[in-house]
Amino acid sequence: MSNRITITAQVNGEKVTRDVEPRQSLVDFLREELELTGSHVGCEHGVCGACTVRLNGEIVRGCLTLAVQADGTEVETVEGLSESGEIADLQDAFLRLNAIQCGFCSPGMLITAAELLDRNPAPDRTQIREFIAGNYCRCTGYQTIVDAIETVAKERRDS
Amino acid sequence: MKPSPFAYAKPADLAEALRLKADHGDDGTFIAGGQSLVATLNMRLSSPEILIDIGGVAELSGIEVSDGQVRIGALTRHRDLEDSAQIQTHAPLIAEAITQVAHPAIRNRGTIGGSIAFADPAAELPACILALDGAIEIAGADGRRKVAAGDFFKGLYETDLGAGEMITAVEFAADSDDWRTGFDELARRHGDYAMAGLAARLRMDGEAVAEARLVYFAVGDKPMLAAGAGGELTGNSLSPETIEAAAASLDNDLEPFDDLHSSAAMKLHLARELTRRVLTQIAGGAP
Repeated sequence: MSNRITITAQVNGEKVTRDVEPRQSLVDFLREELELTGSHVGCEHGVCGACTVRLNGEIVRGCLTLAVQADGTEVETVEGLSESGEIADLQDAFLRLNAIQCGFCSPGMLITAAELLDRNPAPDRTQIREFIAGNYCRCTGYQTIVDAIETVAKERRDS
Repeated sequence: MKPSPFAYAKPADLAEALRLKADHGDDGTFIAGGQSLVATLNMRLSSPEILIDIGGVAELSGIEVSDGQVRIGALTRHRDLEDSAQIQTHAPLIAEAITQVAHPAIRNRGTIGGSIAFADPAAELPACILALDGAIEIAGADGRRKVAAGDFFKGLYETDLGAGEMITAVEFAADSDDWRTGFDELARRHGDYAMAGLAARLRMDGEAVAEARLVYFAVGDKPMLAAGAGGELTGNSLSPETIEAAAASLDNDLEPFDDLHSSAAMKLHLARELTRRVLTQIAGGAP
């Protein structure tokens, strides 16, 4: 009953065509079909944010989006954003300021932070905390993550 | 967890979507943003045979304001409401509420029609639409009909939607200058489902409240319009005594039940506290 469906998407700038099961989530598709394992699978019901990816330029939950819904879209993952250098300053600040410990939340956290700074180049700490509230980190206590995002926002404004 | 297998169809227009739904009946489920539905699929709380993806039905999207009426297409995303200058001007209640709906990544996909059709008693938008005294436009095999928000929400995840029907839009009157609005909720983490929330709209006649629509959410099986508390406000100015009387009368208006995170007594306490906070804030902003 569950026929496979052919989808075509731009993933990190590359055109990809695959047959997928309708029930496959976008994050499972990226990890299992395309071996892009930077996006992580955590809670699988939209709470933890570890699976955050970009769809048509906006962050979404990879576990609450079906792969079939990505047909005809542009998908960007932490691999693509790392390669393009778009989030290099965020990645550097996360390392420098100890905002990465186990690293499980980091890809989702970085992509979320990138969207925040796109939409609001000068967020205060409360706005940063609200924006990343959908991304769990069980190591850092968030303080250093907020520090890193705040630092990059300031560095970008100063440069 | 992973969902049970299902088939998938993506109709190009409303007629085809309704036809597919009629063909599959209860075995077919519409999916819009999917931000509640996919979670229930992943947890196997629901297992439809086919998902009918209405994401491609362009006519269901967009915000229009004309003749003092606001019309929001069912597929309009939370993010679109958040970024809309028209919503900011004509429906400040929604503008205030929308930033508390889940998280940015979820607001980028979740839709107003989906939130209203799902009718989670802890959701913000159903409460707002009821506070706005809005109407839900519904399409089915027999054409379109409109239902007042007060008649639409029936109970826990239960609405007036029939088996073959779909929400196409919500409509309400744009707020005129004499309306004051306020919104607040208490959640364990910003963006999580509320333990209690209040969407408030007051029509002022000078210093006095002429009409009050206080809608509480996450404190019952559906959004609750508090008639007693509203009655305490009507005809009076928003003095601390009036506000306290409104808060006290919630004991009669609301009958919350325990949930995972809060007892009924705690929810009632939170609802009273929200009443004080929101009405005091409105009083401060009144002319």
